[in-house]
Amino acid sequence: MLGRLSWDAIPFNEPLPLLSGAVVGIVILAVLVTVTIKGWWPYLWREWLTSVDHKRIGVMYVTLGLVMLLRGFSDAIMMRTQQAIAVGGAQGYLPPEHYNQVFSAHGTIMIFFVAMPLVIGLMNFAVPLQLGVRDVAFPVLNSISLWLAATGALLINLSLVIGNFARTGWWAYPPLSELAFSPDVGVDYYLWSLQISGIGTLLTGINFVTTILKLRAPGMTYMRMPVFCWTALASNLLIIAAFPVLTAAFVMLLLDRYLGMHFFTNEAGGNQMMYANLFWAWGHPEVYILILPAFGIYSEVVATFSGKALFSYRSMVWATLGICILSFMVWLHHFFTMGAGADVNAVFGIMSSIIAVPTGVKVFNWLFTMFRGRVVFKTPMLFSVGFIITFVIGGLTGVLLAVPPVDFVLHNSAFLVAHFHNVIIGGVVFGVLAGINYWFPKAFGFTLDERLGKASFWSWLIGFYLAFVPLYALGLMGMTRRLQHIPDPSWQPLLLVAEAGAIVIFCGILCQVAQLYVSIRTRERRLDPTGDPWDGRTLEWSTSSPPPAYNFAVLPTVETIDAFWQTKRTGRAAVEPAYEAIEMPHNSPAGFITAFFAVIMGFSLIWQIWWLAVLGFLAAATVVLIAGWSIEREHEITAAEVAQMERAR
Amino acid sequence: MRYLLLALGLLGVAPLGGCSQGILDPQGPIASAERLLLINSTAIMLVVVIPVIVATLAFAWWYRTSNDRASRGTDESYEERIEFVVWSIPALTVILLGGVIWLGSHQLDPRMRIPGKSDPLRVDVVSLDWKWLFIYPDQGLAAVNQLVIPAGAPVEFRLTSATVMNSFFVPQLGSQIYTMGGMTTHLNLLADKPGEYPGFSANFSGDGFSEMRFVVKSVSPDNFNAWIDQARGSGSALDDAGYTELAKPSKAVSPTTYHSVDPKLFERIIEKTVTAPSSASGGGIERGGRHAPLRAAGG
Repeated sequence: MLGRLSWDAIPFNEPLPLLSGAVVGIVILAVLVTVTIKGWWPYLWREWLTSVDHKRIGVMYVTLGLVMLLRGFSDAIMMRTQQAIAVGGAQGYLPPEHYNQVFSAHGTIMIFFVAMPLVIGLMNFAVPLQLGVRDVAFPVLNSISLWLAATGALLINLSLVIGNFARTGWWAYPPLSELAFSPDVGVDYYLWSLQISGIGTLLTGINFVTTILKLRAPGMTYMRMPVFCWTALASNLLIIAAFPVLTAAFVMLLLDRYLGMHFFTNEAGGNQMMYANLFWAWGHPEVYILILPAFGIYSEVVATFSGKALFSYRSMVWATLGICILSFMVWLHHFFTMGAGADVNAVFGIMSSIIAVPTGVKVFNWLFTMFRGRVVFKTPMLFSVGFIITFVIGGLTGVLLAVPPVDFVLHNSAFLVAHFHNVIIGGVVFGVLAGINYWFPKAFGFTLDERLGKASFWSWLIGFYLAFVPLYALGLMGMTRRLQHIPDPSWQPLLLVAEAGAIVIFCGILCQVAQLYVSIRTRERRLDPTGDPWDGRTLEWSTSSPPPAYNFAVLPTVETIDAFWQTKRTGRAAVEPAYEAIEMPHNSPAGFITAFFAVIMGFSLIWQIWWLAVLGFLAAATVVLIAGWSIEREHEITAAEVAQMERAR
Repeated sequence: MRYLLLALGLLGVAPLGGCSQGILDPQGPIASAERLLLINSTAIMLVVVIPVIVATLAFAWWYRTSNDRASRGTDESYEERIEFVVWSIPALTVILLGGVIWLGSHQLDPRMRIPGKSDPLRVDVVSLDWKWLFIYPDQGLAAVNQLVIPAGAPVEFRLTSATVMNSFFVPQLGSQIYTMGGMTTHLNLLADKPGEYPGFSANFSGDGFSEMRFVVKSVSPDNFNAWIDQARGSGSALDDAGYTELAKPSKAVSPTTYHSVDPKLFERIIEKTVTAPSSASGGGIERGGRHAPLRAAGG
């Protein structure tokens, strides 16, 4: 009846996960009780949970990412602490079966449920506004994507208290992830939560490619699109091309685990190297799925805060597309050490280093954008300058690792760990934080506190260097990754420095929480009635803050790159346009309800409660079909209402 | 300035790494060549990276809004000449590095035999849960978690796994290589002089991973022969029962030796892992047979 599920699944004998689970449970309960007592449910349901407005969905994605950042970061602190104390004779406080879950969860959560929601959230918020349109191509689908991502996040957190998570690392390489070596539900939690959220990501990809290709303001040709839209296009093309590969690889692993097949097993003709190929054929494009939109944010921020057009827009576009294509030709550099021949390794090594060319071009372009500009050091700009410097170091170590014989000694070392944190924190996270600080006033109509924003920047920057420069050194000293116990006592001082760095980063996160809190409390004083607090260049700054549901009362006509900047310079007369009625999509509970059933389905599949899995799947599919076939999907805002709202601005 | 100091700090890491038994303290020709490649590639890139960091700081600081002495440009101040430079600098760097990568990959191919004065020593490596089995097929003996080799003699490794994926790595001797069930990988290393060098698995393999360590003892040829004699005269035989016992998961196993071993044990382990437990024969044997000639071809 309940498949593999029994009371044994709850780790009563392990205080740590149970305690953290209890704390999370209490926080969730407290939130739910508060919402109920204050009577906020109708508002939340109407304005947020069922919203199909891309701006609201974007904000919810970012919120999901930030909440999961806290979870992923607590894993990081636990790992750093374990490595700092479990040296020589000491065994630390996390036995291997816990420690191995912690680093597996850290990687999985940070990539799939922090970086992805943050990047997709910012694309959701900004891309339609920058394109000068009213929503994405498929608003209800967008809501379903969001809630499927939330489903995956919920399932992965359930593993904290019911059962356990994977102990395989975040790639879940077979044969370790096969039933023979991981018989418990950990890998199933990993696989199903990523399969379900992966469907949502794929739908996002389709949605955004369609939006950017088919919906743009009149006159916005491809070469007039803001660079962020270009990078979003490249990123979503990569999603469409790469995520099915991951899904297929996971399906094969699931068939191995559930039906005793032999795709990747040691015996009966299974080939574990094929999984490595498939995983990284997704995995390397994935890092560009994350970093390209971040590059787009830096491009917007550097141009805006230098008061100057982006240097060589054309190069930027071609560099973006170059990276988009090249990112599919380098996956083998993740396993140079599996014994491929010299020719194969050399070709993939050279391809990998070629990516440094378009990336280098981008760095030079940001540099020359600042040159002879008027640089204003607001928080987003600080993150951008911090990024350029941090990222070129990460690029250097990355190209080092692309030299196969150098990789032979640095593969899987702490040096590698430092490298990818260097590009993901220094690239993706800094970009997202710059983006949040940059677009927050647009989303909510008031600016964020600058002092706390700058404090968070300095904490992140200093914390990053403190945490990861020691790991570069430890990698050179021969320390491999994923060690639950440190054999060499001479490594301890550096590990303690790394721990201190993690704590400084934590201060950065605290500053951000404080920044949000203080800014919301003092929002009356920070109101931005202009809708254009940074003297922006692109169309999102031409509408009010927060923008009305329909974004633009009259779709802007675009004649150049940086359309809004051009409008401001030519000083077009403020004639009230002739308003027309606007068709807007209805709210839809489809996403939320689909996700509800998807959680039931995923959970049942993990625990092999087959009847419930079938019911969950049928219910979720029914909801999607009903939403798909519904005819009444739009309502009209009359011209008079639009005029009234616009005059009230 | 602070960034510059941090960047220099990053470079300062290099000598720090050299003081312990890491990859900056090589003890053989492979590891030395790899360190040289690491340093050369870093130097090539620093030629570009350092000016970029300095320029970023300089531009950001000089063109700050409050600096009245800075000259300001406009949107139109864009020059194609600069665009050309912007593409050529990284392109030239990568062309140079591409050459380094091509030559390096071929010169340091793990399969390539190392020329040496003395005959090469053959060692078959098997990763188990969670220890390393070293089989000396020509000497007919085996050791667990210790690898004794003669200094100055090339060592030819064939590697596989009787369990999940691992990676065989001795940082001071150079290149690591994965061990994978049902497959053979090849590696050639050489230790210049006598000494003890730590080795370990560099690919996560489960609960006992952290303790999956071994010692490479590089000894003089005379001492190596003495060790062979000593190992032949002590310990037990690694027969089928002994291997079954050894293959059971265990952590932090202390080094042992076996005075005799089936010289075909390596091939049999590959056959075993490629054969499904339920069907004892069939495809597996064929597969193992296909791997056997690799010993000659893969040197």
